[in-house]
Amino acid sequence: MNENVNRHVLSVLVVNQTGVLSRVAGLFSRRGYSIDSLSVGVTQREDISRMTIVARGDDATLEQIKKQLDKLVDVIKVVFLPPESSVYRELVLVKVNADAENRSAISGIVDIFRGGIIDVAPDAVTVELTGDQSKIEAFVELMQPYGIQELVRTGLTALQRGNRTIGLDDIELDENYSEIGRTPHHG
Amino acid sequence: MQLTGAEIILECLKEHGVDTIFGYPGGAVLNIYDALAKHSDDIRHILPSHEQGAAHAADGYARATGRVGVCLATSGPGATNLVTGIATAYMDSSPVVAFTGNVGGPLLGKDSFQEVDITGVTMPITKHNFIVRDVNQLHNVVRRAFQIAREGRPGPVLVDVPKDVTVNKTEYRRQEPLPLAEHNEQVTADSLEGAIEMITESRRPFLFSGGGVICSGAHRDVLEFAERVGAPVSCSLMGLGGFPGNHGQFCGMIGMHGTKASNVAATQCDLFIAVGARFSDRVVSNAKRFAPDAKILHIDIDPAEINKNIKTHYHIVGDLKYVMQRLNERLQNSAVEPNQDWLQEIAQLKKAYPLTYPKGNGLKPQYVVERIYELTQGNAVIATEVGQNQIWSAQFYKYQEPRTWISSGGLGTMGFGLGASIGAQIGRPEKQVFNIAGDGSFRMNCNELATAVEYNLPIIVVILNNRALGMVRQWQDLFFDRRFSQTTIDRTTDFVKLAEAYGATGLSLSRTEDVDDVLMQAMNADGTVVIDCEVDPNDKVFPMVPPGAAIEDIITEE
Ligand SMILES: Cc1ncc(C[n+]2csc(CCOP(=O)(O)OP(=O)(O)O)c2C)c(N)n1
Repeated sequence: MNENVNRHVLSVLVVNQTGVLSRVAGLFSRRGYSIDSLSVGVTQREDISRMTIVARGDDATLEQIKKQLDKLVDVIKVVFLPPESSVYRELVLVKVNADAENRSAISGIVDIFRGGIIDVAPDAVTVELTGDQSKIEAFVELMQPYGIQELVRTGLTALQRGNRTIGLDDIELDENYSEIGRTPHHG
Repeated sequence: MQLTGAEIILECLKEHGVDTIFGYPGGAVLNIYDALAKHSDDIRHILPSHEQGAAHAADGYARATGRVGVCLATSGPGATNLVTGIATAYMDSSPVVAFTGNVGGPLLGKDSFQEVDITGVTMPITKHNFIVRDVNQLHNVVRRAFQIAREGRPGPVLVDVPKDVTVNKTEYRRQEPLPLAEHNEQVTADSLEGAIEMITESRRPFLFSGGGVICSGAHRDVLEFAERVGAPVSCSLMGLGGFPGNHGQFCGMIGMHGTKASNVAATQCDLFIAVGARFSDRVVSNAKRFAPDAKILHIDIDPAEINKNIKTHYHIVGDLKYVMQRLNERLQNSAVEPNQDWLQEIAQLKKAYPLTYPKGNGLKPQYVVERIYELTQGNAVIATEVGQNQIWSAQFYKYQEPRTWISSGGLGTMGFGLGASIGAQIGRPEKQVFNIAGDGSFRMNCNELATAVEYNLPIIVVILNNRALGMVRQWQDLFFDRRFSQTTIDRTTDFVKLAEAYGATGLSLSRTEDVDDVLMQAMNADGTVVIDCEVDPNDKVFPMVPPGAAIEDIITEE
């Protein structure tokens, strides 16, 4: 079975303020939803942040995840980003054993993957690579024989393809409440 | 007008019509208490024995009146003492706003004296919570807190106010409460037609009425709906009072301690209509065998309840009162007629399996509850504790009106009832309030007797004293080979003397023939009364669905 069958990417707009990350993370842990990764950063609007969450579950669980997120007062909008209509990217930094002998071989692989070597030491290189998860996994596999010293991934981030957007411009946070949440529209 | 944070909190309370709060002072809220002293003409402060009592009282007040209940506690232990009360309100969707003090801004995050991260602690048990770091945000936060507590599906909101914020000054201008969204966007003509179609096709409709009916004030519309559709009606524990308990179509509760009639009707119906209810595990029991032949139509204001515990065939998300009115309009012009055969069948079941209990052999707790119903003509407010006392109170008193039944359904909090009855009595001074208790639950928070006496509240505490943690003991009796592990509390406390020590009237009751006299004596007494009723620890709550069984396989007696 394809392990990605039940993997779903959610994009979540939230009010940019303290506590919102722990509210979302707490929701997932408390209700036992499995989460592969969560990345968060501010959008073009300073008052709104956007989270990309990769979650696993059957359809009923996914429906609940969306609805429970929608109930959080600081959550503005939740959309699913299906693979066929979305672009996914993740950044990985990998520190690989590399001496004079194999450094150029590694560099060759990095080029093929359109990554970059961002730091060089006598016995190691640090590689930066961006891609969807399968590309990153393929690259990491190729690095394994050289010996990976450490590796860090940012978690997936995603947007819809084409000219469709999540609709940030329509969102009005009442001036008075922008620091403290929006006028709720959920139960 | 320049006001301090403490004054702004009180002004904002007044904006929302709050005239009573339940609180307990301490260092972090000194400034709020100082302001309260100056506002004592407008805002009555009730001082309980314990902050848990304040939280339950605010909750009881909210449940009895439909208004927001407000409680206040100091930082640290004051705040954590509210937690059980907040969780109780959260599980039962009760609109409570809890204020806590905290250490001053510069001391936050440094493990200062009596500092606790109460917003972190209460995140999973509040609808939302706030920590106010700037006095300029305070008025908007308080207004939002009331809006969130009341809007849609109600629930508790906590506002944590560091001490410096209560001292700092800012400009305050009075405002109207924030408007509440109606949540009826999804109630379209099409969606209503879909429901009407299902009802038209149904031969055996069944109505399940939950606490949402009471929140929404939809009880009259639900009654009209049930009569038009010809559905037998059951209530969840939270829904009691939302449908008249002596109505011909009423079958009693459904689920674990439901009636045979409700549970069989639910299993045999072809359309299961749930209104303002959430299919809790205590209702559904075995989900695979729940209403197996029925289409399920779910109407609720909270979209997350749809398909959460039970997969539904059709749903409408909206305010119940609005939805039921729209459905009734359509039913009026439809061909839907009550199916008398089906109603007859259910009436037969009701007759064949009435709620009963073994007579004789000393004072029966069920009889005491029945007599309370008769003597008050169903006009009292009943606040219960948790356990057998709670279920007997649910079964043997026929609730006629919303907000006359007050019980911790979702969390099942022992020790809830006395605090809740204090809040209820203060919110509904014209009502006779009973706290029906078990001896275990009573002992948990009987300190609040002091509060009831202090404020001269004519609450009648009826302790169904079986000298046991009866409900747990019942499970040990039925499912653990009668190994009564730590459920016998046959200790030496004399509840009559205890009541007297608190300044209440203490009465004891052990003979069936004395029940009416003692109850009348309590109802005619001034002030708080405790009745210690001696009942048998072997009396059990029936009917009962054994754990994991289908609800139709309910056991009606031992
Ligand atoms: C705070 C709390 N602790 C423990 C329980 C578990 N519990 C449920 S019912 C019950 C027994 C209640 O005993 P009592 O108050 O004497 O009522 P009875 O069942 O005898 O009427 C217990 C311990 C609970 N519901 N709440």
